[in-house]
Amino acid sequence: MFYREAGDFKTSYAEDTQTFPIRFDRYRYFAVLAVAFLVVPFVINDYWLNAVFLPFLIYSIAAIGLNILVGYCGQVSLGTGGFMAVGAYACYKLMTAFPDVNIFFHVIIAGGVTAAVGTLFGLPSLRIKGFYLAVATLAAQFFLVWLFNRVPWFYNYSASGQINAPERTIFGIPVTGAETAPWATYLLCLVFLTASALIARNLTRGMAGRKWMAIRDMDIAAEIIGVNPLRAKLSAFAVSSFFVGIAGALFFAVYLGAVEVGEVFGINKSFLVLFMVIIGGLGSIFGSFAGAAFLVLLPVLLKNLLVGGLGWPTDLAAHLEFIIVGGLIVTFLVAEPHGLAQLWRVAKEKLRLWPFPH
Amino acid sequence: MPEQVIWGMEVFLNGLMAGVLYALVALGFVLIFKASGIFNYSQGVMALFAALTLVGIMEGQVPFSHLINATFGTEIHHFGWHVPALLAILLTMAVMVLLAWLVNKLVFQHLVNQEPIILFMATIGLAYFLEGMGDMMWGSDIKTLDVGLPQGINPMIDEVTYGIFGYGFFIDNLDLWATGIAAVLVVALVVFAQYTKQGRAMRAVADDHQAALSVGISLNFIWVMVWSLAGFVALVAGIMWGTKSGVQFSLSLIALKALPVLMLGGFTSIPGAIVGGLIIGVGEKLFEFIVGPLVGGATENWFAYVLALVFLVFRPQGLFGEKIIERV
Repeated sequence: MFYREAGDFKTSYAEDTQTFPIRFDRYRYFAVLAVAFLVVPFVINDYWLNAVFLPFLIYSIAAIGLNILVGYCGQVSLGTGGFMAVGAYACYKLMTAFPDVNIFFHVIIAGGVTAAVGTLFGLPSLRIKGFYLAVATLAAQFFLVWLFNRVPWFYNYSASGQINAPERTIFGIPVTGAETAPWATYLLCLVFLTASALIARNLTRGMAGRKWMAIRDMDIAAEIIGVNPLRAKLSAFAVSSFFVGIAGALFFAVYLGAVEVGEVFGINKSFLVLFMVIIGGLGSIFGSFAGAAFLVLLPVLLKNLLVGGLGWPTDLAAHLEFIIVGGLIVTFLVAEPHGLAQLWRVAKEKLRLWPFPH
Repeated sequence: MPEQVIWGMEVFLNGLMAGVLYALVALGFVLIFKASGIFNYSQGVMALFAALTLVGIMEGQVPFSHLINATFGTEIHHFGWHVPALLAILLTMAVMVLLAWLVNKLVFQHLVNQEPIILFMATIGLAYFLEGMGDMMWGSDIKTLDVGLPQGINPMIDEVTYGIFGYGFFIDNLDLWATGIAAVLVVALVVFAQYTKQGRAMRAVADDHQAALSVGISLNFIWVMVWSLAGFVALVAGIMWGTKSGVQFSLSLIALKALPVLMLGGFTSIPGAIVGGLIIGVGEKLFEFIVGPLVGGATENWFAYVLALVFLVFRPQGLFGEKIIERV
């Protein structure tokens, strides 16, 4: 009824190439932004923040980053956990070394550091492909985690080997440390997520994204039509790692506050983010959100249902979660290899014609 | 001879033994990859699952007992019998064959002709599923597995080396057994693939699915067979690792080590899996022995991966892999 492109005339090129060409989509997008920025901060409390919103926002950034690499450029990476750790430790070192600089810039620079490390570990992608590359990125995962565990300089020689986020403020409002208000941390992450999504969306719509997709679809053919594989692949690694690094920095500084690298940024984190990308949909920014929301909400729901509702012990619920997550991934791949994003696309197609079938 | 060199030799030998175990897991990967082009990430978890099932059957545990207890408020844990090792191994094998059939029926039959990366991700999903399933069925506590394999220091090697170097090498009996079993397994697999009808059919499927179909080979049967074989290899690997370090979650992490082994040896080569396993095993033990103390130890966590990474940059198809030819 409302979801129509009929009557929505474009009179300039800018209007023609905008992200949401259908008016209803555009309004929905602004409505979501308005709710996220203007409503949620006033009603949010500690439980919702820590159980749902912060993990969702931060994992969304990580998933967007990984989606650029895996979904758009076709380079499978199992090193996300390691790169998140780089972001976290870079942020920690910057926070402690330059306490006067605003943490906002620390997080961005941490992303930059991660981009550099990611590019370095992306170098083998020029020689090796597919599974070989996936396993090669495991080297990044294990080596980086080991490095942060064993070299005391990274955790400032603290006795526990942990890193703890000192208290930092933005505009005089604390966003890290113990004394934070839920709405402040929420808004900080939301700002980063919105910016990341905007940048990612426009990168993937533009020349860079088309080059990545050309490489993904067939690298030899892409090379022949003039895509430089070196620059395309390494730029994908750099951009992807940048977002993943920001996610890691926020995960440490804002969400957890204290991090033991082996536990928090282990191989499981890599798989979790990869699953978000797969379940959400490879090669879709919306998919990154959907996947992150799904895998953040699922454990919370299951826990509330099984532990809270049925009185099961927590370990049993955790096992069931494994089964369900694994089963869902397989089911998704069998039924819909393009993930939640594809379901969304199909729904929109249907909606455009509704109430008529054709 | 200086002491350092002798210790180094002992480390070398122990590395060889560890390498055999890596090679065992890697074998399962190669089998499935050759026959169906699926890079089976869940091989490690299959080893864990097999070992868990074996312990569960031997101890007479009630499957899903935690679940049943939590749902109905009962207090059941064991049937109260103990199954002899050999029978338990056979029963476990039957479970693995059933699993192979289910996996093929429910998952990979629907994914024929999909891109390899989709198949790979499906096996990651399968790995998660099996991991949860294994814990759900048999509980997640660390279990000891004893199927009657000898363990402890081998006195003969100890004495002989003491006679030569004046220092007895510590070589675990279990590792020697593992080496022997791995050797037998490899020979059996090679003979099976080369000289039996089913083995030939398996190689034909590996070569070209459609051509194999057109001469009347049942793809489904071959795939179930290959997954069962991989399940069997997983069971053997699970028994070895489980006896050595207890049946626990880290078993599936150890299996991740099989990945660099494969990269070194090449995904399609059975001898490659063995040689790659030995190189990784020896390499990481020696590296830990020589460089480890300088950089704070625990280099075993990443050495294998970095070695494989560096190696791949120079030889992308691995030591024995088929040459990668790209056509447009």
